[in-house]
Amino acid sequence: MWVYEKKLQYPVRVSKCDPRMARYLAEQYGGADGELAAALRYLNQRYTIPSKVIGLLTDIGTEEFAHLEMIATMIYKLTKDATPEQLEKAGLGPHYVSHDSALFYNNASGVPFTAAYIQAKGDPLADLYEDIAAEEKARATYQWLIDMTDDVDLQDSLKFLREREIVHALRFKEAVEIIKEDRDQKKVY
Amino acid sequence: MSEQPIVCDKAYYAKLLELQQLDFGLLELNLYLDTHPHDHHALQQFNYLAQQRMQCAQQFEMKYGPLMNYGHSFSGYPFQWPDTPWPWQV
Repeated sequence: MWVYEKKLQYPVRVSKCDPRMARYLAEQYGGADGELAAALRYLNQRYTIPSKVIGLLTDIGTEEFAHLEMIATMIYKLTKDATPEQLEKAGLGPHYVSHDSALFYNNASGVPFTAAYIQAKGDPLADLYEDIAAEEKARATYQWLIDMTDDVDLQDSLKFLREREIVHALRFKEAVEIIKEDRDQKKVY
Repeated sequence: MSEQPIVCDKAYYAKLLELQQLDFGLLELNLYLDTHPHDHHALQQFNYLAQQRMQCAQQFEMKYGPLMNYGHSFSGYPFQWPDTPWPWQV
């Protein structure tokens, strides 16, 4: 089961109301390589992955939910004081008429989240390579997001998340080696 | 619409940051140990930080209320779990 802890993994501060950045940040909220996709991908794959890497998928999958909460906090703080006019000017008019300032699982273009973004092949190496690719794509997205803002407080939190993608990719690469070693050992009689 | 802003004192942010720092070290060591289970030194650090973390969380909760739900934290009267601030409000 999961137990909630009433704190963010890393502080999230923003220095201004900025619905434009909130709109772009949705890419990491309900986008193909976003935090929701990551959490659901790993926590679903873990049931059929070899036991040696279940712990890693569980722990990284859980951390992704902490990242999802950080992104949600950014979007919330960037839009909570925005007027409908400001939201519309930032391209969030369609979002406003459907959701007011509520968050929703869609990407930066407003496309709703779909399970088609994630995969589970049952083949441990295929699954882990997908996970590595997902981390690399998320890292790149964080870089583009950092480039899109001059808010140093927001950049600080985004840089933390960018670094986490690098660590996750590294751990998944180690998991690939663990699976290969295990597979090769089984061939020796 | 957004509600009244919730204001916390400097000490709250300082203690929260201390806890976040300890938890970051623990999370990093946890992921590392997931793929390096035989690293004695890392495991030693992990158990040391887990001890520190317990003390830090206890001090935080004494002052600012429960961090976790479902009985993983104690609560004063009346039940403090539903109290603000929630993480995105600070």
